[in-house]
Formats: sequence, structure tokens, C-alpha cells
Amino acid sequence: MTYFLRRLVTFPLIMLGVSILVFVAIRLIPGDAITAMLGTESGLLTPAQRASLAAYFGIDQNWFVQYGRWIWGVVQGDFGLSTTFGRPVLDVIGDRFPMTLQLAVMSLVIALIIGLPAGIYAATRQDRLSDIILRIVAMIGQSTPNFVIGLVIIYILSAGFGILPVMGRPVRFLDDPLGSLAQLSLPALILGFSFAASVTRISRSSMLDVLGEDYVRTARAKGVKRRNVIWKHALRNALIPVVTLSGVEFGYLLGGAVIVEQIFALPGLGRVVLEAIGQRDYAMVQGSILFIALNFLVVNLLVDLLYVALDPRIRLEGR
Amino acid sequence: MTFLNATRLSGLALAACGALAAMPASAEVLRFAWAQDATGIDPHKQTAFPSLRLMELVYEPLVRLDADLNIVSAIAESWEFTNDSQTLTFKLDPDAKFSDGTQVTAADVKATFERILDEATGASARANFGAIASIDTPDDLTVVFNLSLADVPLLTAMSSANASIVPAAAIADGSVGTSVVGSGPFTLTAWEPNSRASLGVNEHWAGGDVSYDGIEISVLPDESAILASLRAGQTDFALLNDPLIATLVPSQAGLTLNRTPQLSYHVLQLNASRPPFDNLAVRQAISCAIDRQDVLDTAMIGEGSVTGPLTMPAYRTDPANLFCYEQDIEQARALMAEAGFADGFSTTVVVATGEPPTAASEAQVIQSQLAEIGISIDIKMMELSVYVDTWLKGDFDMAVALNGGQPDPFTMYNRYWTKAGNLQGVAGYIDDELDELMQAGRAESDLDARREIFAAFEAHLAEAAPWVWLYTAYAYSALRDNVTGFVPTPQGSLFSLSSVTLN
Repeated sequence: MTYFLRRLVTFPLIMLGVSILVFVAIRLIPGDAITAMLGTESGLLTPAQRASLAAYFGIDQNWFVQYGRWIWGVVQGDFGLSTTFGRPVLDVIGDRFPMTLQLAVMSLVIALIIGLPAGIYAATRQDRLSDIILRIVAMIGQSTPNFVIGLVIIYILSAGFGILPVMGRPVRFLDDPLGSLAQLSLPALILGFSFAASVTRISRSSMLDVLGEDYVRTARAKGVKRRNVIWKHALRNALIPVVTLSGVEFGYLLGGAVIVEQIFALPGLGRVVLEAIGQRDYAMVQGSILFIALNFLVVNLLVDLLYVALDPRIRLEGR
Repeated sequence: MTFLNATRLSGLALAACGALAAMPASAEVLRFAWAQDATGIDPHKQTAFPSLRLMELVYEPLVRLDADLNIVSAIAESWEFTNDSQTLTFKLDPDAKFSDGTQVTAADVKATFERILDEATGASARANFGAIASIDTPDDLTVVFNLSLADVPLLTAMSSANASIVPAAAIADGSVGTSVVGSGPFTLTAWEPNSRASLGVNEHWAGGDVSYDGIEISVLPDESAILASLRAGQTDFALLNDPLIATLVPSQAGLTLNRTPQLSYHVLQLNASRPPFDNLAVRQAISCAIDRQDVLDTAMIGEGSVTGPLTMPAYRTDPANLFCYEQDIEQARALMAEAGFADGFSTTVVVATGEPPTAASEAQVIQSQLAEIGISIDIKMMELSVYVDTWLKGDFDMAVALNGGQPDPFTMYNRYWTKAGNLQGVAGYIDDELDELMQAGRAESDLDARREIFAAFEAHLAEAAPWVWLYTAYAYSALRDNVTGFVPTPQGSLFSLSSVTLN
């Protein structure tokens, strides 16, 4: 597993780069925690008042000192205090991440359950009416922004039926698994819809590619049943692009589906980052972006490992 | 197959959602929704609108304003100005208690104001209390503020949530800002920033009994989602900002919308410290060229009313009497020619994205109106914090702004239109007459005489036209028919939630 080890060694280096990037980026935006909190009223502060608030928010030192203090803390597992929450950044992430993870997993499951069979079905019916209809639906699904779908569904449910998933009072999975699944099912469906559309399109085209390959023709020639050719021989290979796509999408979802979280008032990771940027809550932004970057790295690693499982011809050691 | 799967899943989801929505609440709570949460719980440091709304429910200042902006008692039972308005004495309510059951004493009041006045605190309201020279506490229920000069508006400034009384013990151990111990009608029992908060009833509140068990606050960042949750019966009471959403509420059975004119005002600020705005004729030309009602109708679908500089009901006058409040393009062109800009000029206007939600459309209407007199405007959109930074530095030609109002004209404009005002750099304009009128208004305690002084101030300000005051908008609260007894106020106070009943 030297490949695995090599990847693990590069993690800290990438994270270091991300940490510097996000640290500088958030400080390049004008405005600080004080103007963010007080707005125009911050003009009423005397220099001494401002200095004491700057010390309180930890923005009284130069960038190098601030970065040094922060990264030294991070190495020791201390991501600093969020100024808006008044709690350690890691605690806030620990609070908010489970909902984002659950939402991402549910969307992934929905996308695969719908997209994969639909894509394969369409591939086997190439250019027939059912294929064309599926392709059109997938195109619409991919190109409609999910907040539009979300708002339309919310409008229909509330204005037409007077019902709505409970918003603003999130149910934790561990407290009430069924309630939590119910609450997240609508946002997950909405996220899963466009995700499923991408999966449909990619699994259709990769299945078409694979169906044209020699070993599939050989299998057919040997008299293997059509159903078996598709599900046993072709599917494994056709899955590789699907896995790649799903990995990337899943990574994005773990960073928080900001707009859907916003519409459904879900306190997930995406909204934390968005609000932290607005509030110039530096420690919170830095900590959560690092966390999101780590998620991406882990998901990518898992995707690579899945390749090997799917196609033994791929040898990671050699890459 | 695709469709089958989808419908089955969504059917399941809907059934589950329906079941959840129908679940009865175990206690009688008011379900409250708004789009923005408070940004902190230290009453002296928070100035954002939602923070003040939350603070008012859990803390109490010495005095409070009623719906007509009259000063009424809160922690203080009575108060008296003596000695040419230079001494202000409060008698405290002996029943006033903090939520932990301890009595509110003169020592708590003294410690609170010392905290606000201490520069190291960074209290935003400190500027309003500069006249306080010393504080005496002859007994537990008496507080005497000795002032360095006559300062009538001080009493109004003391009604702000930013002057809430906190326990001396909490100041001593540094827990203000991390835990809430106030003497208001409610207590904060749980708070997850930007998600939800729970308020319980403060059993020790001296102001009476609250007829229900508490308030569940949800932060629903999308206002159309707030409207949806009102429709679905998940929310009893909501605050709305967007006029486009709010005006949909009345069309729904079982929902009522309150529209309350606000003290805060929409204004086009001209930077008179920069050419060509240092030229009086240019500023007046702009004031004459703008059709305020048209801006209001186009940008805000008419939701509001045209205003002069003074927005508080007690001092407000008919804006039609102010300089050039009717659009007059001919006069505007003449003024432009007089200033040497017969061919117009180019300039920029800074606008905050989404703050207020209509800011961009306001700027566009103004852009098209001023094009008629040859002024071509480049609109610069900025994220709020960036805008605030630029604005505070006075680094703009023109700015579309929504500025906060105060119940007293002096407290409201002291920062901009006095020579010592701490936002003089933002205002960019001052003359002797403005400053003198402000000082006279500060010291005058007779209401009629104050009205006259400030009417002269308003007329002079409109004529000097450093800014073009446009209109005041409404604050919206939407409630379901099961909530009765809420009294909206021009300051947007939610205090009367303590006296509503739920059916």
C-alpha cells in the first residue's frame, strides 16, 4: 500500500497550502469583524475602543503573528474560537457537519438509485424514444438550478397543501433517525435530482462506450445472455466514470449545499462558512475551509481505491 | 422506472413531512421566524437590528419607549431632570429583579453605565452618554446622573437596548456576552447562532405575567421560506424585510400583516467634501432633479412614504414644504448651468448588495433620473462589510444608504450634523447654522420650542442638500390569527410580545 502511504504524506502539504490561501484570501476582503458586527455604528468607536475590540477578536497583531498563532494551534488540534459562536471552531463543525454529511449521503443514494438504472436503460435503447425522453429529462435536471426547483416545491406544498417539512428546527439523526430522514428527504431529493441527472448522462455514455468494446462483443459471441453481458461484464467498467463524477459531486456536497441549506434553513456546514465570511469570523472560515479541503482529499482517495476494486487492471502502485 | 422511483420516494417524504407538521406542541410557545439572527448577546456591543430585537426581550433599560415614542418606565419607576437639565435622578422599581432572582439595585445601574463609558468595553452607545460626569447612588433605589452640560436627549438614549442594565456581578466576573442575566420578560434558554433560539419566561419579571410559556425562534434565511412556513401553520409570528414578500401576506386567510413606518430612512448621500458636490448649486440641482415618489414607487413598489430629514412622528413635518421636494427639472438644469456644469458630469454611487434588498433598484432609478440633467452615474455594488468600510472612510462620490433613526432628532443626527460629530467624515458637510441649531435643540427641554428649533434645522438641511432624503420604509410583521395583542412600534420593538396571548 505504498500508494496509500504516499497519498497520506501529501495530505499535510496540501492542507498547508490551503491554510495559507484561505488565511490570506479572507484578509484581503476589506472589512473586519468589528465593522461586520457593528456596521455603520462602528464609526462611533474611539480609537481606544476599536483597539480593545481588535484585541478581543485577535486581529490586533500583524498577519504573520496571526497565522503563526493559528497554525500552531491547528497542529495541536486547536482551531481557535469562533467569534460569532463564542465556541471552539471544531465544536461548531462537529455540530453542523453531521447534517451536511447526512444530506450528502442521502443525495448520493438518491442520485445512484435513480441515475444509474436510468443511464443503463437509456444506453441499451440508444436513440429510441425512451432514450431521447430520458436524455431530455436529464438535460433539464442538470440545467435547472436546484434553488428554483426548491422554491417551486416549497411554494406548491405550502400554498397548495398547507404542509411543509419542519424548517428552522432541525432534527438530529441520532436523536430521531426517522424524523431526521423525513426532514431532510425533500432537500436531499432536490439536490439528488440534478445529481441524478448527471449520473444518468455519464452512465449512459460510459455504458455505450463499454458496450462497443471487444470483450463485450466476445461475451456476446459466446452466447452470454444480453442481461448478463450488461450487468455482469459491462457494468463494472462502465462504473468508473460514474465513480469519478460521484466522488467530485459528493465532495462538493460535503462542503455544504449552501443555497439549499439556505432555503430549507438547515444549519449545515455550507451556511456556517457563508455566514462566517459575512461576519469576518476568521477562525471559523479558516477552520471550516480546511475541514472541507480534508473531506475532498479523503473522498478522492476513496475514489482511487474504488477504481482498483472495480477494475483490477488498474494498479495504483504504478501511477 | 425513473419516474416510478421518484414518485414513490417523494410520496414517502411527503407523508413523513405531513406527520411531522401535524405534531402538537407540548408547551404553549410562540413560534417566531426571521431571516437574520442576532450577532451576539452582549447588549452593549451589539447594534445590528436583530440583536437589538432579541436584547429587548431579555434585558431592560431604565426607561422604555411606547408605540408613540413616549418615554415610559421600565426598571426606573420615575425620573426627574433638575438643575437646568444637568442632573437626572432615577427612582428604581423595588420589584425589578434579574432572571436569577436578585434585585436590580442602584449599584447595578452604576456599574452598567461605567461599563458603557469605559473605552475598553467598546460599547457602541458610549457616544450618547458623553455628558455623564459622575453617577451617585445615595441608596439602593436611587441613581443620580450628574451631567457636564444640559443634555435633554440623554433620557431617550437611555431607553435603547444598548443601555440595558446588567448585573454588577456579571460585569465583575466578565460573563456579560457569554451568558444572559437580564430583568426583561424572557430568558434565553438556548441559542444556536443563525439557526434557532429558545426563550423561556422570566418568572421574576416585575412587568407582569406572560400568558404563555416561551418563544421558539427559527432563523429562516430565505424570506419566501418564512412566508411558506406561515402558510403551512408552522410559524405564528414573523418579521419580514422584503416588501415583495410582505405584500403577499394579506392575500392569505388566517394571516395578518402589520406595516409600521420606520425611523430609519433611505437617503442619497452626496459627498460635499469632494468636487463637484462641494458646489451648493450642484447639490441643489440633484435634489431638484430627483422625483422621490417615483423612486419609492419603482424601487419599493410604493411601500413607504417620502420623508424629510426628521422621521420621528413628534418632529416630522410635511415634506412638501421643504426645498425642491417636487421634482423640478427646469430649475435643476438652471442650477447645473449656474454651477458651470451645463453639459453635466460623470460620477459614481456606492451601493451595498442586498442591504436594503431594494438598494440596487434605488440606485438604478436615481441613475436614470439624474441622466436627465446630464449627470451620468456608474453604480458600484459592494458586499455589506466592504460598503460599510468605504462609507466610514467617506471614500465615495455618492452613496445610497439606509441609515438608522432615533426617536430624538439630536441623538439621531448628532453624529453627522454637529462639528464634533463622530461621523462628520462620512457626512462631509457642516455649517455654523446646523451646528448651532443642534446645540440649541440639545439643551432645550420644552417640547414646542424643540420642535421649532428642529423644524428650522430640517429646512436648512434640505436647502443645503448635502444629502437627498428620499423616504422611510415599513417594517413588516406577519402573524397568524391565533396571536393577539401585538403592538408594532416605529422602532420595530418586539417588547409587546410579552403581552400577547396565544389562542
